[in-house]
Amino acid sequence: MSVTEAGAPVLLVEDLHVTYRTAAGPVPAVRGVNLGVDRGSVLGIAGESGCGKTTMAHALLRLLPPGTEVTGRVVLGGEDVLAMRPGRLRAVRWAEASIVFQGAMHALNPVQPVGRQIAEALIAHGMAAPREARTRVGPLLDRVGIPARRADEYPHELSGGQRQRVMIAMALACDPALVIADEPSTALDVMVQAQVLQLLARLQQEMGLAMVFITHDLSVLVEVCDRIAVMYTGRIVEEGPAREVFDRPVHPYTAALAAAFPRIGDPRFRGAPAGLGGDPPDLQSLPSGCTFHPRCPLAFEDCPQVDPVLTPAGDGRAAACLLVDGALERSRVAAR
Amino acid sequence: MGTRTYVVGKVVQALITLFFVLAFNFFLFRVMPGNPVQLLLRGTSAITPAVVHDLEKQLGFDQPLPQQFVTYLRTTVTGQFGRSLASGRTVSSLIGERIGPTLLLVGLSTIASTIFGLLIGIYGGWRRGSAFDLGSTGLALVTYAMPEFWFGILVLLALAGGVGFFPAIFPTGGYSTPGADLTGVSHAADVLNHMFLPFITLTIAYLGEYALIMRSSLLDVIGEDYLLTARAKGLRDRQVMWRHAVPNALLPTLTLTFLSFGFVVSGAITVEYVFSWPGLGLATVDAIDSKDFPVLQALFLLFSAAVIVANLIADLLYARFDPRVKAA
Amino acid sequence: MSRPQIEPRRTGVETRAPAGEPVAPPPQPANPRRIAWQRRRRSFLRVVRIYRRNRMGMVGLGILLFFVLVAVFAPLITNRAGLNPTCTCTGRPFEPPSLRFPFGTDDLGRSVLTLTIYGARTSLLVGFLATLLSIVIGAGVGIVAGYFGRWTDAVLMRMTDWFLVIPFLPLAIVLASLLGRSLLIIVFVIGITSWPSTARIVRAQVLSVKTRPYVERARALGAGNWHLATRHILPNVGPIIFANTVLLVAIAILSEATLSFLGLGDPLHTSWGTILEAAFSSGAAGGGDWWWLVPPGVAIVLVVLAFTMCGYALDEILNPRLRRR
Repeated sequence: MSVTEAGAPVLLVEDLHVTYRTAAGPVPAVRGVNLGVDRGSVLGIAGESGCGKTTMAHALLRLLPPGTEVTGRVVLGGEDVLAMRPGRLRAVRWAEASIVFQGAMHALNPVQPVGRQIAEALIAHGMAAPREARTRVGPLLDRVGIPARRADEYPHELSGGQRQRVMIAMALACDPALVIADEPSTALDVMVQAQVLQLLARLQQEMGLAMVFITHDLSVLVEVCDRIAVMYTGRIVEEGPAREVFDRPVHPYTAALAAAFPRIGDPRFRGAPAGLGGDPPDLQSLPSGCTFHPRCPLAFEDCPQVDPVLTPAGDGRAAACLLVDGALERSRVAAR
Repeated sequence: MGTRTYVVGKVVQALITLFFVLAFNFFLFRVMPGNPVQLLLRGTSAITPAVVHDLEKQLGFDQPLPQQFVTYLRTTVTGQFGRSLASGRTVSSLIGERIGPTLLLVGLSTIASTIFGLLIGIYGGWRRGSAFDLGSTGLALVTYAMPEFWFGILVLLALAGGVGFFPAIFPTGGYSTPGADLTGVSHAADVLNHMFLPFITLTIAYLGEYALIMRSSLLDVIGEDYLLTARAKGLRDRQVMWRHAVPNALLPTLTLTFLSFGFVVSGAITVEYVFSWPGLGLATVDAIDSKDFPVLQALFLLFSAAVIVANLIADLLYARFDPRVKAA
Repeated sequence: MSRPQIEPRRTGVETRAPAGEPVAPPPQPANPRRIAWQRRRRSFLRVVRIYRRNRMGMVGLGILLFFVLVAVFAPLITNRAGLNPTCTCTGRPFEPPSLRFPFGTDDLGRSVLTLTIYGARTSLLVGFLATLLSIVIGAGVGIVAGYFGRWTDAVLMRMTDWFLVIPFLPLAIVLASLLGRSLLIIVFVIGITSWPSTARIVRAQVLSVKTRPYVERARALGAGNWHLATRHILPNVGPIIFANTVLLVAIAILSEATLSFLGLGDPLHTSWGTILEAAFSSGAAGGGDWWWLVPPGVAIVLVVLAFTMCGYALDEILNPRLRRR
């Protein structure tokens, strides 16, 4: 754990840009993201596949493929991750911030027992000697609801939900200040999803973890997060307190996302769920102006001309849409 | 539980395959037009009444076919492979004499080419596109395209014949220096000296193939998510490679290595011939020249058995080391 | 249920009526066979286009073309009489390379260059013929096994596995020693020992094609086995085995060289393997006569490399799922 002033955010991302180098040319996956996560709070990141949320998550710990261009600042516990030396980076990884990857079947080494994989994290960060690491694994598994004796089993001997819990146990092993959960429940059955989400929420509260929760299911985020940021084509298009963003979305994309995942009992969803037509645009040939305008039901003549910037839209909220008061002016100014 | 039936099943399969080799040997001569004995003796010079009699008894022409087959099986399984047409001695004594040098040469070179091949494949695959990778892959392709015996000839020309700027520092062939009565360590050193060139030839000939297999296996693994997890945990690049990538890539590689043992056997035949190394391979070539069919058939059986066993080991390796198969 | 409507195809050529006005020709009835062939030609051309961009494949093809041309035009490039030791065009035995004999001479004074050029004919011919035999047997076995299934399949696959396990050289040696020394026998021996890989690939393809809807429909319309095999299954199998075939030729050439080197080759036809055999048994290695031993080997290496490169290039194109290695 690092030393930071109380009240300083655990994570601060400033103007993050990530561009992949591919055979077909550069692909801008993240195009200027700013966000912050306070100690003990949960930030949700929502968006469709390909909007850049996983790329951004990986960028936070510099896990992108070599050759990928990353600019900006990622301040974790007071230090800029992007400027760290390799040795410091390796020490910070997992001990300051860890990731719960999606698809635990493939994120765990199939030929090693799960206990050993958890122990490896402990040993790598000097939190246990190789001999005693074994004993430290037991309580970690207990905490996520897996009997300690299963530490000697291989990933394929566990069920999908159990594997995800192992991933969670592993992510918490080194007592990080921040946990990044990348679609932790997406690949699971609905019932198991609920269990895993409950587990995460409970652990977050008990351990006072800061969390970044990434998913495409907006309704999940409402339950778990304090704040939500919505991403589209590599940018944040809306952010604000979770409840607010979900109940009263400002950006048309957020509204569409919210409508796509109905919640039982919520009177707004009496009708059939509404889908959003079209597909997310190709990142190598983005639409002009507001990248959402081709799919937006509320687009007007300025939308293809002006690329909106995040504009304050109420209490602790902001949205990148020209419909917001003053957005058109600010965006025109920013473009110059 | 599942493992045991798997193992038993594979062993039974191996035995059946071996059985068909025996059957093949048996029927080969009886399917050909003409008197089998004449066929066997065609072109040989050392035809003595004893050899003819032995052959006829071995072939059991007076008996009905099924009876012949049973007799054949019985004699073969007990190690009676008949007599050599060229020398008159029993084939089994010939094999006994020649098997040692072959085991020595093939054994050592297989170990060397496997170890070095795997290492080169690992480093090449991990640093794909690097100069090392491109260079080693290119060299591997070239050695694959070269007949092993021709490579042996080049080595012979260079290091024994002293062609061009190469020093002629090795003997041109054989097992040991003729006439020199050496014992103990000096004898061993002499043998190793003679073995060095064929050893180098066989090692380099197959090293490329193993390197390519390992590289390919590693590349298959490189895109896997658990490597990302390992990196995220803060492990060094080398630790990620050796602890997570290589173990997953190793198993398919090792089994493929055993499965290509058949080529090593073939290579041994020609390389022993080039370097006059007195093993089973040289015995094979001598038998070709003298049309010594009993020897050829026995050696065919032996080589096939060795390859069948190697394949069986490959299957058993999987059962033992892949946790996913163990559970199945 | 009505038949699906097929649009009558226009040939695209407008005929002129005597009055000088263009008149559209009468619509032709759609010919499914022609449509199928057109489609095949188009995809073939597309493969050719992609292949041209593959540098490795083009280099390999270039080398192959060179050797094939050398083999075909051998009588024009060099003097055939040079193969006869009594010819006045020969030199002294064991002459090192010179202007007159760029590759030196063998133990009978013949030019090694002439030998190597004529050797190309035999080696390449044996390679192609043996591979042809191999794919005919392999495709036949694969189609029968995949198509008829169950017992036929089980038995044939056991046979295939057997041939795959047994080491090639010992088997080939036993067969060739028994059958004698001639080109046809060598072709036969190599072909009969290398069909399993083709059989496997073909069978897998047949199994996947067998269950496709159009095969079921054809059968419902009364198509017999032969028709299905030749009209539906075979054309789909072709591209798949092509990349494998190219590699098979490389292996066949290596096998011929090895068998000839061991003394099982055809003494009446010069091939690269028989040149090496003659050279080695005359003691060229110990005597340092490298010029006799190096050229045939280099030729083998180049040709095998060329086939391998073409094979890899084809594999990449025909199996787009293969990542770039």
